[in-house]
Amino acid sequence: MTTASRFRFKQHSVLPGFGLTMGFTIFYMATLVLIPLGGLVLFTTRMSFADFWNSAVTDPRVLAAYKVSFGASLIGAVLNGVFGFIVAWVLVRYTFPGKRVVDAIVDLPFALPTAVSGIALTTLYAHTGWVGRWLEPLGIKVAYAFPGIVIALTLIGLPFVVRTLQPALEDLEIEIEEASASLGASRWQTFRRVLLPTVLPALLTGFALAFARAVGEFGSVYFIAGNMPYKTEIAPLLILIRLEQFDYLGATAIGVVMLVVSFVMLLVINLLQWWSRRYQA
Amino acid sequence: MAGTVAIRVGGGRNRHTSGKTESAFVRWTLISLALGFLAFFLFLPLILVFTYAFGQGVKTYFAALTEPDALSAIRLTLITAAIAVPLNTVFGVAASWAIAKFEFKGKNILITLIDLPFAISPIIAGLIFVLLFGARGWFGPWLVENDIRIIFATPGIVLATMFVTFPFVARELIPLMQAQGNEEELSALTLGSNGWQMFWRVTLPNIKWGLLYGVILCNARAMGEFGAVSVVSGHIRGLTNTMPLHIEVLYNDYRFTASFAVASLLAFLAFITLIVKSLVEWNVSREHMLAVRESESEQS
Repeated sequence: MTTASRFRFKQHSVLPGFGLTMGFTIFYMATLVLIPLGGLVLFTTRMSFADFWNSAVTDPRVLAAYKVSFGASLIGAVLNGVFGFIVAWVLVRYTFPGKRVVDAIVDLPFALPTAVSGIALTTLYAHTGWVGRWLEPLGIKVAYAFPGIVIALTLIGLPFVVRTLQPALEDLEIEIEEASASLGASRWQTFRRVLLPTVLPALLTGFALAFARAVGEFGSVYFIAGNMPYKTEIAPLLILIRLEQFDYLGATAIGVVMLVVSFVMLLVINLLQWWSRRYQA
Repeated sequence: MAGTVAIRVGGGRNRHTSGKTESAFVRWTLISLALGFLAFFLFLPLILVFTYAFGQGVKTYFAALTEPDALSAIRLTLITAAIAVPLNTVFGVAASWAIAKFEFKGKNILITLIDLPFAISPIIAGLIFVLLFGARGWFGPWLVENDIRIIFATPGIVLATMFVTFPFVARELIPLMQAQGNEEELSALTLGSNGWQMFWRVTLPNIKWGLLYGVILCNARAMGEFGAVSVVSGHIRGLTNTMPLHIEVLYNDYRFTASFAVASLLAFLAFITLIVKSLVEWNVSREHMLAVRESESEQS
């Protein structure tokens, strides 16, 4: 309580331990997260702006990598938006055998290491794999090609849409749907005009979370992508390649661009969450 | 940004058994679509891991797990988790105490900063420590002079893992403690307990399920992290390879059975994580329901 008066930014409380826990929180976070991230940003001062621009923005190999990373992440997030909506809807609205197991396994991509899902997906979709051997005669190449990257990024983003939509769908008032139906709307019209607009903020939040996670993903993509420069090379891999060549500056330049993208996504997600909370209130 | 989704209280209840709903055809089409999607993306890869791991018999499976490189990878993974998880747990409890129990300016900024490692690519998590401690990094020359190895050694692996798993426990506990409020702690203080007694006897029992899940999830991620660790490890076999890196080495050597054998251990860990999560959710919603029933009977 003596510490309470010293922290003027804090409201008075009789509970003890604020100074201790807050002090430790700030110290630990600064040491482990903020100072190392600051080191990355500060590292850019070792190069001129022209060098930074050339190695992080205009380099054709880097540009191609951004295109692969953002393109595949976007497609993956859209797939998750559509199928995640269906999964969440089915889990909230319907009953079917094994529903509890299905509900639990949605979280698997959070718990399963990316290296494991990476080698499993690659083996599954390689031309001799369980799924790949059926796609091969059709001329569809998944592993070691762009579709493989999309599949890996869809897998790791899967829980985000489902888990942000589930509570929003559970909170829906059945009365609104009944009112819509009694006013003569078909089921599809009710869905389009009443249900979808209400859960849209949650859907967009899930979409943004899945996209943000996919952009930074490395492990699962690394195995399935084939990693051909200009074709199936993602931006995080290019950072690793530059580091292995001891090109710290080149790695830093791409790293800073990716970091800025992460910050923007974090901001977008916070705004979306704020929006959906206001919507529900 | 949540890399995890907090435990849902009272979720999963189906209040929509009556009223307007879809035709049976639409219903079963949607269920089939959902199950088909999950089968291709989740069930099939999981079944494949275990099929390939045991594909050449149990003997080969255990031989792959007990060869020296595998054992040293398992040992390094256990050491890394044994350092990273307790530290991040202490941080998580401290941070959620400060954030959930007190009102102060800039709280939202602090919560966003705690979430930061979730938003950042694991490759960048590795990169920042190379830039600090690598041969050409900020402290590189000094470390070389004093013969201290951080990058391409265990300390670097531990640091990168700590960074990546930093938010897990805090993320689980903050919403839980905010929902519980301060009343029980204030009563404990009024009844004369000191700060530690209040924490051990009131706060900790209240948050135990959320804490357990946070720790389990943090541990699963710490043992399974690939990207960040792969940047700082240097891939020295038998020395700086963790289990995920060992999986990569075996896979690239075309030793698929051995690779999937090690992968099956991590998949098994993921299973346990999901089971614990289900148990915790079940416990929390049961306690929630009991509390609701109690307050209802008090009112009547």
